[in-house]
Amino acid sequence: MKRTLFRNQLLPWLLLAPQLLITAVFFLWPAGQAVWSSFLRQDAFGFTTTFVGWANYTALWADPLYLASFRVTLVFSVAVTVLAMGTALILAVAVDRLIRAGSTYTTLIVWPYAVAPAVAGILWWFMFNPTIGILAYVMKTLGYDWNHRLNAGDAMTLVVIAAAWKQVSYNFLFFVAGLQSIPASLREAAAIDGAGPVKRFFTITPPLLAPTTFFLLVVNIVYAMFDTFPVIDATTSGGPAQATNILVYKVYKDGFIGLNLGSSAAQSVVLMAIVIALTIVQFRYVERRVNY
Amino acid sequence: MVENRPWLTLLAHVVLTFGVALVAFPVWIALVASTHEPSTFLSGVVPLWFGDNAYDSYATMLSAGISTSGAPPVSGMLFNSMVMAILIAVGKIAISLTSAFAIVYFRFPFRQAAFWMIFITLMLPVEVRILPTFEVVAGLGLLNSYAGLTIPLIASATATFLFRQVFLTIPDELTEAARIDGAGPLKFFKDILIPLSRTNIAALFVILFIYGWNQYLWPLLITTDDGSYTIVAGIKRMAEVAEADPQWNFIMATAVMAMLPPVLVVLLMQRLFVKGLVETEK
Repeated sequence: MKRTLFRNQLLPWLLLAPQLLITAVFFLWPAGQAVWSSFLRQDAFGFTTTFVGWANYTALWADPLYLASFRVTLVFSVAVTVLAMGTALILAVAVDRLIRAGSTYTTLIVWPYAVAPAVAGILWWFMFNPTIGILAYVMKTLGYDWNHRLNAGDAMTLVVIAAAWKQVSYNFLFFVAGLQSIPASLREAAAIDGAGPVKRFFTITPPLLAPTTFFLLVVNIVYAMFDTFPVIDATTSGGPAQATNILVYKVYKDGFIGLNLGSSAAQSVVLMAIVIALTIVQFRYVERRVNY
Repeated sequence: MVENRPWLTLLAHVVLTFGVALVAFPVWIALVASTHEPSTFLSGVVPLWFGDNAYDSYATMLSAGISTSGAPPVSGMLFNSMVMAILIAVGKIAISLTSAFAIVYFRFPFRQAAFWMIFITLMLPVEVRILPTFEVVAGLGLLNSYAGLTIPLIASATATFLFRQVFLTIPDELTEAARIDGAGPLKFFKDILIPLSRTNIAALFVILFIYGWNQYLWPLLITTDDGSYTIVAGIKRMAEVAEADPQWNFIMATAVMAMLPPVLVVLLMQRLFVKGLVETEK
């Protein structure tokens, strides 16, 4: 807390005005609209709107497509998180061993952070293209007929790989920072006690890396649930047969393309509740880390 | 390093070489594909080494685009993306600096409420409130404009928190000294706070530039005439027709140009980039 303050009463409001105005107009008002229209139902032509209470929500829980989308989101998020964090951890542990060459490798690994998710999607989509894609070709010679336009599993694999590829660099940076903050004296003490490199790694690293891992877990889940929209839209568009239709994408599809406004709004509200929960978890954790 | 284990060091090199190759492979394929003739892609598999059509792919896309794929010239889209990324980064930094200044250096009624209102923006990603936000922007007549493209995205809780942290570490003695010398709040802000947060501003700019450049859904909805397309959103419109008309060399040339500016920013300003990334997550 500051002890020295300025006494002006009007000035702080003027300084806050742009931020508050934008928040009110482009965040609070639309979010309020979403909540409000989740209780309404429009007829097919948009002429009449009736208040239907919780009907849109109860309809969602009865809708097999929505429940399927929940399952798809779960599989997708877990797969992206595990793949992106696992790969990043292996690379980070390797970099942590090297002293001089480490920074060169770091430079060569971090740049995909800057690649737009949509572009990442397009790149992998091209490599998996059933007619000319290099990976599809390799798999064909191995005896697997890859086709993400028809096969649900193939489509899911494609979006998971594209989404995880982009996220590895981010996780890598944080894992490297986490590993480097482990004091060398701990490892030395363990070595003097006769623990080999494998034993040292498994007894010292996981507990000390747990805070970083937990933080990345939340960040990756948020990333997979919300920021991967472009990956899906640029590659599979939720198909085939809803196999990659994650919740965020379904809100957009039902609202913008299906024009099912009430249902789309109810889905928005459910998603907002999920983000709020995740944000609170993240901040709880951050606070604890600060007080640590 | 505790002791020297050559085989472990070797293993680390092998793992990392493999990792670097894995990370670079898709981009390698894109680069290679962008240098071939369109006819290469009609049959067989994409080649692994460069062709000799690079100039044609890039020059055509930059100056003319492909009208059959609904792709305007890339140079225009690059320009739009650049304007959007810079406006978003500068806008976010500007409004966050003033907000953080107000919250840290003044006591006024509803200060906590204002703080919470800013915090809320963190919880409402554009994807979950897309339809009503679009209606607001359409209602304000901001479709197909830079204002519509950027203003709804520049409210930022993370940047405000970051600057709040920075300001809290600035010693009170400086503020007192400035006041004794007769500086008002705005002069203090301009001549002391901003210069002291210079590296934080630069680091944040790198992160926000990338964030702005890579925006996808919002530009896709807001821009409907091809003069205001941004490149990341534009490439998807090209890819949509790729199944029917596989001019992959043009698509991949566009993809390469879409990722070049932000990747260059990361590579050239790696130190600032890492600083920005770590700070915004605290």
